Amino acid sequence: MPLLHIAKLSKRYGTDKYALDSIDFTVATGEFVAIIGPSGAGKSTLLRCINHMIPMTSGDVLIADASTKSMNATQLRAHRTQIGMIFQHYNLVNRLSVIENVLHGRLGYKSTAAGVMGWYSNAEKQQAVEILQNLGLSDHMYKRCDQLSGGQKQRVGIARALIQNPKLLLCDEPIASLDPSAAKIIMDTLKDINQRLGITIIVNLHQVDVAMRYAQRIIGINSGKIVCDAAPHSLTPDIIHEVYGSEAGELILDFGEQHAHA
Amino acid sequence: MQANTTIIVRPWNAATVILRTTIMSLIIITGYAFTTFNTRDVDFWAGVDMLGSNFSALLLTPYLKNITFDVMIRNLFITIGLGFLTTIFGAAIALGLALLAAQNLAPRWLTVIIKGLTAFVRAVPTVLWVLIFAVSAGLGSVAAVLGMTFHSAGYLIKAYAESFEEIDNGTIEALKASGANWWQIVFQAVLPSSATALLSWTFLRFEINFSTAIAMGAAAGAGGIGYDMFMASGFYLNLHEMGAFTYAVLAFAVVLEAGATRYKASLRK
Amino acid sequence: MHTLDFFTKKRLSFGLFVVVLLGLTYVTIIFTEYNVAKGFTSIPKAIRWATTNFYPDAASLKKLPSILLKLRDTVMMSVASATIASACAFFVAIFGAQTTRINVWFSVFARGIATIFRNIDVSAWALILLFSFGQSSFTGYFALFFVTFGFMVRVLIETIDEVSTDSVEALRATGASYFAIIAQSVVPSCLPQLVSWVLFMIETNIRSATLVGILTGTGIGYSFDIYYKSLNYHAASLVIIVIVISVLAIEAVSNWIRRAVL
Repeated sequence: MPLLHIAKLSKRYGTDKYALDSIDFTVATGEFVAIIGPSGAGKSTLLRCINHMIPMTSGDVLIADASTKSMNATQLRAHRTQIGMIFQHYNLVNRLSVIENVLHGRLGYKSTAAGVMGWYSNAEKQQAVEILQNLGLSDHMYKRCDQLSGGQKQRVGIARALIQNPKLLLCDEPIASLDPSAAKIIMDTLKDINQRLGITIIVNLHQVDVAMRYAQRIIGINSGKIVCDAAPHSLTPDIIHEVYGSEAGELILDFGEQHAHA
Repeated sequence: MQANTTIIVRPWNAATVILRTTIMSLIIITGYAFTTFNTRDVDFWAGVDMLGSNFSALLLTPYLKNITFDVMIRNLFITIGLGFLTTIFGAAIALGLALLAAQNLAPRWLTVIIKGLTAFVRAVPTVLWVLIFAVSAGLGSVAAVLGMTFHSAGYLIKAYAESFEEIDNGTIEALKASGANWWQIVFQAVLPSSATALLSWTFLRFEINFSTAIAMGAAAGAGGIGYDMFMASGFYLNLHEMGAFTYAVLAFAVVLEAGATRYKASLRK
Repeated sequence: MHTLDFFTKKRLSFGLFVVVLLGLTYVTIIFTEYNVAKGFTSIPKAIRWATTNFYPDAASLKKLPSILLKLRDTVMMSVASATIASACAFFVAIFGAQTTRINVWFSVFARGIATIFRNIDVSAWALILLFSFGQSSFTGYFALFFVTFGFMVRVLIETIDEVSTDSVEALRATGASYFAIIAQSVVPSCLPQLVSWVLFMIETNIRSATLVGILTGTGIGYSFDIYYKSLNYHAASLVIIVIVISVLAIEAVSNWIRRAVL
């Protein structure tokens, strides 16, 4: 049974041209999918349509064959609790401690009152500590997030998503603001989560080489349309050229440099 | 980790302790403040009750009685003029003194003296400066202009000096290295690179001075629309006329604010 | 040729700016009937007068206790109006900010109301409120309250949109409810800024309260007015010294708090 089915999904902002134009694909449980494409191709919009952070214009998103098109507020919240999200700029509350930020991932399961007061059960706190230990952050548990490095902040972001016990992780450019070594740690962590916990991962990436190294499947998007959907080894320079258009020349160059660094 | 150990979620640190103490103190002082209010036997709830009908008289049925529309507009422009003059005078004084108050341009002892003096000038409310000058100049536009200029200069010296201190030290260093003297550095590097900051501070001060000019008309005999408001409130007891003045003042203030917002937005681009 | 053009243009536009400014100044001087010569001669006169008359003497020191009592009234009124108006403004700002608004029209309404409140000068508010509350502390309190409220709504909307947009998005993605998001993300990230602005408004309000006191016959402004009108300049100067000391003290305390909190 497919975990996620995107059916003829379209998104249009106002009367501009379509940001997403009839996107259609299926993701099975346990897959690691990378979405690549030039800036403004619609990668971010696509991810945000999956958890309804951005309302879609037409089409549907099905989770385990169940439509999510018309949901009331409670159903929407329940839908979002199943899907963890990771952001380029980490999107933490910088003034709060690491563990508080992690526990924010539990808010979707709580009543409004418990959420407002920040009441977390012991089991939840325990789980937060365990996740932080696994991600190598136990020393920083009580630090304020603004004292962390970028790579550490992104791991807090991952911990916040994991404590939701999600079926699916949406990662929006998770390594775009990180240096190469921190980026590698984050990508390895995501790979590990995918293999060890069996959580399905969809990740937007800017770097084709990273996508080829980590993903099982690569979806290329250009101007709101799927241009390619293939396994990494079957990706040819021609296809990449099609995804990136005229930018491709520079990209291949980037490729070489990254390898030289590594 | 054992299941029964309590895990602290919100750790305490100096910043949160000070933040909470400050908030608690503000709440306590506020609670205490209401006991110190001088009610002068005014019935609070009757006043609140009257507030609604007063506001509707003010805002819904404005009309002029004791002065004509032309005079009102003329007086509005006198108030605007007072705000403008004092901003220009204050800016001119501040431009010179701020150069001597900026740490990257003047010796430390001089910046300390000037900054200390301006802190004193700013701490005295504008109305008191105006009244002090009124003793020798008499109540009127001269005292108002002098007093408001004083306070504006104090405010702008601080703002300008901080703008100067924010510019890149490398620029000054580069010019120094090329053998430029102090005046050349000021005119070729310092003023051009802080010009937009100086302009926005000056504009902000103009907004403040327009408001202050109304107040000086009401409280220190500076004329303009503030004086008309004072008469409508204290002498004629005419809410409708007060409404007309309020609209006139509000219209200009909103235009000013919109101008400032647009200017700021254009700087950001 | 081209570079010459550039410099002439620059000089011309700057020259024009100066000429326009000088012209406007001249016209304004004529229009407001400001006597420039008298302005200049008044400054040395004022200094001469101040050094011979405007200092506290032994007799005026006896009035110190009653002056301090009035100062307490003014400080109390400033703190109370700043605190309560800011608390109200925070609620309104949440509905007005782009990040947290629930409805576009309510946001426009909130901003509009705030614009009216802050653009009517505090002295005008006092004159308006005299109709309802007469010469009582309520008049000054509400005048300060309205202006503070209008100002705070504007700066808090900016603060909310600046510091909490990212973390609000993250918490929305976890499925947290609206009020939980406000309590767990918006409040902790904005609170330090909020406190800093309240302190700023307290400083501002003390100065405004002096003015309002002259108009409504309350607090330290009233003390000054009485001594000033009865030509008791020694006592009036003592009032000014008391105001200066308290304003500078409050400024020092707030700067200390700001450094610790921000």
